[in-house]
Amino acid sequence: MTALAKVSGASFRLRRPGRAALLVGGILTAVLVGVALLSLVWTPEDPARMRILQKLKGPLVSGLLGTDHLGRDVASMLMRGAFNSLTTAFAAVGLGAVLGTLAGVAAAARAGFDAVLMRICDALFALPPILSAIMLGALLGPGALTAIVAIGVFMIPVFARVTRGAAMQIWARDYIMAARMAGKGTARITLEHVLPNIAGQVIVQVTIQLAMAILTEAGLSFLGLGLPPPAPTWGRMLAESQTYMLQAPHLALAPGLAIAAAVLGLNLLGDGLAARLDPRRRQAS
Amino acid sequence: MTAPLLAIENLTRDYTLRAKGATRHLRAVDGVSLAVEPGSIFAVVGESGCGKSTLARIVMALDRPTGGTVRLGGDDLFALSPKALARKRRDFQMVFQDPYGSLNPRHSVGRIVAEPLHLLDDAPRGRDRQSLVARALEDVGLPAQAAERYPHEFSGGQRQRIAIARALITNPKLVVADEAVSALDLSIQAQILRLILSLRDRHGLTVLFITHNIGVVDEVADRVGVMQAGRLVETGTVREVLDHPREDYTRTLLAAEPTLAVLGRRRRRA
Repeated sequence: MTALAKVSGASFRLRRPGRAALLVGGILTAVLVGVALLSLVWTPEDPARMRILQKLKGPLVSGLLGTDHLGRDVASMLMRGAFNSLTTAFAAVGLGAVLGTLAGVAAAARAGFDAVLMRICDALFALPPILSAIMLGALLGPGALTAIVAIGVFMIPVFARVTRGAAMQIWARDYIMAARMAGKGTARITLEHVLPNIAGQVIVQVTIQLAMAILTEAGLSFLGLGLPPPAPTWGRMLAESQTYMLQAPHLALAPGLAIAAAVLGLNLLGDGLAARLDPRRRQAS
Repeated sequence: MTAPLLAIENLTRDYTLRAKGATRHLRAVDGVSLAVEPGSIFAVVGESGCGKSTLARIVMALDRPTGGTVRLGGDDLFALSPKALARKRRDFQMVFQDPYGSLNPRHSVGRIVAEPLHLLDDAPRGRDRQSLVARALEDVGLPAQAAERYPHEFSGGQRQRIAIARALITNPKLVVADEAVSALDLSIQAQILRLILSLRDRHGLTVLFITHNIGVVDEVADRVGVMQAGRLVETGTVREVLDHPREDYTRTLLAAEPTLAVLGRRRRRA
């Protein structure tokens, strides 16, 4: 019996859902965050310093990843760009997650509010995010705030839908009825019973939306609607590399691969967390 | 006969259903009247969909009736102001069917059991609260240390004991048990039923026991009401109703009850 329990316990640990995704995603995300933070205190060169004589040097000829058309160090720009991308993405997702989650739990608690909110979400979903962000950027002028608002606003309905669905499931539980028997009101029940039980799903959504936000931020920067120069961003590095694509392909490859790795890492992390938190696959341990 | 603790009179609950543009009215509870004496166990028995859970929800003031009254200790629950009703809630609590859905998995057992103390203006805090929770847990046969653990560490029967401790912490006069043993194994059912009987004897508790299981009625109830399609078709002491049913429906219900004796006979015959 004990031996059997041990064996099944071991195989369970191996087959834990999303283990590989969680591991790879976690490492990629940790490297991304680490590099972004490191860029605040150290980069190989000043990412804004132009050395026109050193322009368009290949990787390892000048610096780890070569230089761009103004002789700036690509590795340094990539590091500072990671920080710029991440802060914009975090702020945008923070905005979307907080407002969206509030709207979602409120909709789940009040049927009247629910109908109105979901129609607003439908309307927001109908707008193509990148195009709307461009329009918003044209309206507000380029800058960090524009990027954050443009990306964040379109995440509100995403979070609202996810939390609304999750919260409605919780509202149907008997322990909610027990809380009502204990004289607790809607707000208190939401705070004490609903939010703690949907927090996992919100966190999963945050990681997935972070990947989306990094991608959208790169898109906006590519179009010149992100952080203004000389702050390096992955999107603008990609945009500027276009002219020199044949002369210096490393200028396009470096930010392109960085974006891909960041998005992949966050998506894997989100998938891994989702699998781990899925109650159907989680053992009651 | 002493004054009843719970008196339900002519209770009706209609639901409006809107499907494909058409509006239909469904009468879930239809003119139900019953009285439960203090310290007794009254069972409401009926098949699923007969309206017995709607009845329980209304008695718990979680839903409003379309017509009729529910009096608890003389007060009409639906004539009370919201404030007065909130104060009154300490006198009636509920035990749910599914002990997995009725306990918040994120809260410690101590926090779950203490939740109804929210109803009390002078709710004890700190140490006093802990000892009150500990006593409630011991009252239902669980160790006091269970308060620090989480629901998933307990079996179904133990979870139902936790739910009962929660229902009893405000020292209520009436407990409504909605299919409180239906989700449990037979041997565990017997334990929980014995616990309910002993709590009744020790605390003078009054219980409205909602069930579909005639065997359970026979085990715990003093009086029984048979419910069919929203109506209470027959009421009486358990012996009267189960041994000499007057209604055809009660007879059908009794005949549908599988018993171990019947199963045993069948096997011998085969």
